[in-house]
Amino acid sequence: MMRTLLVADHDNRKLSPLAARVLTAARPLDAPVDVLVIGHGCDAVADAAALLTGVSRVRLLDAPHYADLLAENLAMVIAQLAGSYSHVLFSASSFGKALAPRVAAMLDVAPVSGVTRILAPDCFQRPSHAGNVIETVQCDEPVRLLSIHAAAFEPAAAGPAPATISELPAGPDMGVSQVVSRELHDTGSRPPLEAARVVVSGGRGLGSAEAFERLLLPLADRFGAAPAATRAAVDAGFAPNDWQVGQTGKTVEPELYLAVGISGALQHLSGMRNAGCIVAINKDPEAEIFRHADFGLVGEAAEILPQLLAELGG
Amino acid sequence: MKILVPVKRVVDHEIRVRVKPDGSGLDESGLRYAMNPFDEIALEEALRLREAGICSEIVIASCGDAAVQDTLRHGLALGADRAIRIDTPVTLQPLGVAKLLKALALQEAPQLILMGKQATDSDAAQTGPMLAAMLGWPQGCFASALSVKADRVEVRREIDGGLETLSLSLPALVTTDLRLNLPRFVTLANTMKARRKTIELMPAESFGVDFMPRLRVLRSEAPPERLPGEMLDSVSALAGRLKPFLADAEAQA
Repeated sequence: MMRTLLVADHDNRKLSPLAARVLTAARPLDAPVDVLVIGHGCDAVADAAALLTGVSRVRLLDAPHYADLLAENLAMVIAQLAGSYSHVLFSASSFGKALAPRVAAMLDVAPVSGVTRILAPDCFQRPSHAGNVIETVQCDEPVRLLSIHAAAFEPAAAGPAPATISELPAGPDMGVSQVVSRELHDTGSRPPLEAARVVVSGGRGLGSAEAFERLLLPLADRFGAAPAATRAAVDAGFAPNDWQVGQTGKTVEPELYLAVGISGALQHLSGMRNAGCIVAINKDPEAEIFRHADFGLVGEAAEILPQLLAELGG
Repeated sequence: MKILVPVKRVVDHEIRVRVKPDGSGLDESGLRYAMNPFDEIALEEALRLREAGICSEIVIASCGDAAVQDTLRHGLALGADRAIRIDTPVTLQPLGVAKLLKALALQEAPQLILMGKQATDSDAAQTGPMLAAMLGWPQGCFASALSVKADRVEVRREIDGGLETLSLSLPALVTTDLRLNLPRFVTLANTMKARRKTIELMPAESFGVDFMPRLRVLRSEAPPERLPGEMLDSVSALAGRLKPFLADAEAQA
């Protein structure tokens, strides 16, 4: 019998909005879905997962050595659980990307990365080559391990009644890694990139971190958008690393992608080409980004953005 | 310490690849190949650790047919001490590569494996964590800084929400992200010297592992084309197009 295990992203306090999207991705499997919440002091996460439509059970693994979500400890216990499932789903976040292959290797199965569509229980679509190729992949492994591009799916809604939560015994502490420090930036009320309805993104053309702060963020906040950046802008220190959209950063599919001072490098297009509407502002009329945009405006960001914000009543 | 750097030959990432009309795979005519840029960053980090006196030997390895010799020669020209080609009769997938690399790692006994976080062709990002799991080693994925401290390695990782620094016991495996370093260029003199170096050859079959591909790629298609867009001539026109996306647009209507 088919049964799906969804390994939820969270920070011990809150369930990531990515989980509700991965849940939607699993729907074509037409199988009961268990959500695995593994961490420490993460009861609230389990409660939130239990409320999602289509969740059959929440399985909770709570132990001190899971607090830092270290891949070595998590993979060990997930690999033990995975044997009772036909599918194990992760989001293709920094959490899932590091964890899913580790679990797969322990089970000696080939996982499928970055799935954008489940066509059949054994058949999946995924992009490769910076999104220039869409592969249809058949996987006949006894357990199908998938990492899911959460942005490609709508979030599942809250369900009528909460699913049951059952606590499982913890696995071993491998004791080979520990967290020294974390520098996490406060995202405030801004949505995560993969779950944002609108993404307002800046390139090196913006010119400075100060310009991101002064020009881009107010516009992003006017839309309730997630701010984003190109690799070049992150490399230049204009924006934090986890704002990076593209082949080697995040893949987003918002309703609106507003690209400011972005030239349109191949590896950037790979991360945003499936946005519902792409709007580009660039001073170079020949910029590649205009060939991929639904609407374009040529001009200097420093002049256009304040005017635009005023027009939008910001 | 000895560092193993697995490297992959990939289509040059500057090239927009095309698929064959029948969906059977990539149109390989006119493609240029290079070392996976993330692996180049891994090799650069190993070179810097050697220059700092921390690393004593850098071994690079690649799985594939004779075509990957060029990638290994490039790595030797950059400064790797030794190069090993695991000769494979088929195009591998990450699971098979990880098994062969595990077998190689057991022979070579490196203290550190440095490799790209993903290859820019398959974009799978699997081989690193798989290899770490098979060896039973800790992993530090998406490294943007790295320092070796006695019998441990500290890895700053680029994660969702910011940065995280892990301390891993050695031996360990680290996958490299873009901002770890800027790889050096190869000099002509070193390219000439690298031509004379030997590339050690090991048949994949000699490792006694099942490296055959498990996934079947049924079709490879181009993504849907977007329709040509419209150029606007004023900020007001732009604002008009953007208003429907405002969070409070419905309330205003």
